[in-house]
Amino acid sequence: MARMRMTQAINQALHEEMARDERVILFGEDVRISIFADTRGLAEEFGSDRVLDTPLSEALLAGMTVGAAATGLRPIFHLMFGNFFYTAWDAIANQAAKFRYMTGGQVTMPLVFMAVFGGGRSQGAQHSDTMHSMLVNLGGLKVVTPATPADAKGLMKAAIRDDNPVVFLQSAGRGGDLGEVPDGDWIVPLGQADVKRQGEDVTVIAIGAMVRLAMRAADVLAKDGVGVEVIDPRTLRPLDTDTILRSVRKTGRVVVVDEGRLSCGMASEIAAIVAEHEFESLKAPVRRVAAADVPIPFSPPLEREVLPSEDRVVSAIRSTLTKR
Amino acid sequence: MSLNTTSAVGTETLIDWYRRMQLIRHVEDRLGAASKTGELPGPVHLSIGQEAIAVAVGACMRPGDWATSTHRGHGHYLGLGGDPNLLVAEIYGRATGACGGKGGSMHVADISRGILGANGIVGAGIGLATGAALTAKQRKAGNIAIAFFGDGGANEGIFFEAMNLSALWSLPLIFVCENNGWSEFVSTASITVGSIAERSAAFGIPHSEVDGNDVLAAHDAVSSAAARARAGNGPTLLEMMTYRTRGHVESEQTFLPGPYRPPEELAMWQKRDPIDRLHAVLRENGVEESALNAIVEEVITVTNAAFQFAIDSPLPEPEAALRDVFAGERN
Repeated sequence: MARMRMTQAINQALHEEMARDERVILFGEDVRISIFADTRGLAEEFGSDRVLDTPLSEALLAGMTVGAAATGLRPIFHLMFGNFFYTAWDAIANQAAKFRYMTGGQVTMPLVFMAVFGGGRSQGAQHSDTMHSMLVNLGGLKVVTPATPADAKGLMKAAIRDDNPVVFLQSAGRGGDLGEVPDGDWIVPLGQADVKRQGEDVTVIAIGAMVRLAMRAADVLAKDGVGVEVIDPRTLRPLDTDTILRSVRKTGRVVVVDEGRLSCGMASEIAAIVAEHEFESLKAPVRRVAAADVPIPFSPPLEREVLPSEDRVVSAIRSTLTKR
Repeated sequence: MSLNTTSAVGTETLIDWYRRMQLIRHVEDRLGAASKTGELPGPVHLSIGQEAIAVAVGACMRPGDWATSTHRGHGHYLGLGGDPNLLVAEIYGRATGACGGKGGSMHVADISRGILGANGIVGAGIGLATGAALTAKQRKAGNIAIAFFGDGGANEGIFFEAMNLSALWSLPLIFVCENNGWSEFVSTASITVGSIAERSAAFGIPHSEVDGNDVLAAHDAVSSAAARARAGNGPTLLEMMTYRTRGHVESEQTFLPGPYRPPEELAMWQKRDPIDRLHAVLRENGVEESALNAIVEEVITVTNAAFQFAIDSPLPEPEAALRDVFAGERN
């Protein structure tokens, strides 16, 4: 166990998996210099044949990821910012998400697309999106969103070892978060949610950077004697509905916090699953706290207005306690 | 036709190519007819008139090589050695098809033969082939990847991205552009400036414009490009000049306002039919007409058997729709 930042945990996972399996290769813009430091040092250790700086050609590189995976490598394409998925969208949506299925299962597709996502740092509308619901909606991708350094390491290792296309999304601005990370072969299986905090009164399901907001909100409500259970799904597909629904049966009150936009977002999906399966258990309407249905603005007061905040999570939780 | 090359290739090989080209022609003719009678669940894009290119490329491929195809991909599938039964069954949407009925005409694939799949997105196969070329380069076994695309695909940005990166990394890749003169219902000349082949000059990639209806010329060009790629000298761009003598899609007469291609253009290309031309070469090389007729009879038998196999095959169980999304799971 060692205390490290989330980007260091990802870096450790990449080091370990590249050492373990020579079919694992990594490419993308600036992977050698690595602006987030998550891929730094890999080129020095594994050589420029396996760690490749690329031109800005996302459409091609995403297609190459599919082609390389289908022919026996285990490629990782670092897209840097999640918004750049849109530039690579054909290869992600039409190729990666469908290729195995269209061939009737003739190929395995062991690939990872990695990027940071989300707002909060005045990166402007084209570097701040949360696109995980769109990726889940494609039907052929696994999507992971770690919220702690330990989960980041364990999920990255699981993503690399998975024989399917996995999108690894790290919350922007949370790369510096510190946490204890197990040494060596620490794997977090895809499809297992984590109860980050136990509570009896309200279930808060929070994704990525929103887990921290939810934990702070839980602290606030604890002072009022309200027990908040915080669930981090960790992977959005496969989604661990069992853990979510078990908590809902216990508390009967649900708030979903997501940095994606409200309409057709992951918060809506989870709210719908809860309503379909545990309507009888609910003591109050399910509440969603998500980004407003607008592009993410640049100026800090504007951006704060659009994104979920601790205050909004607190008031959403309180509203489930008063409404019946 | 270059007689020098003819002697280098050998008559037996030419006869094999003739058989393959006839197989593509006959299978696609039947598919066209089946499309018009409504037997096929979806659209088919035929490559009739373009058979020489698929067969020439197939003749240059070795085990471990990869090729990506296009929406007009039946010829590639058969030219690269794919099983006609599995092809036709797939296009009929049968459980026995190459992809169990999940792919259809635009997604026929046989990974075991290096056929990385037809692709419904114009230009997208270029990205997949470039990735396969990266695998081949990493493995250092002298394998190559081939990207089939059309004149339409040559106007997609991914083509330019792939030329840059494949040249930069010396990837063992061949760009095979089948320029059939038409992007759906618009003439390529009206939407494309300059020469497609010469676009590679800026990237330092060797190129040649090839008579794509001459299987020997096409084979020569692919063979040289393959040798170059296998030797680690990087990609080549081949612009194969050809023509589809059928429409963009077999059902087009049901929705188009009228003809869109000049009849004299079609007549001119029909005189340059790749199968007729290979037939003439074989006759010049002393192959008897009766021997060539026997090959056609044999191809007709194989074609009939493929269609019978498809028609006799069961449709997929509906539950199969939920399988094959992820490896190692039912979904």
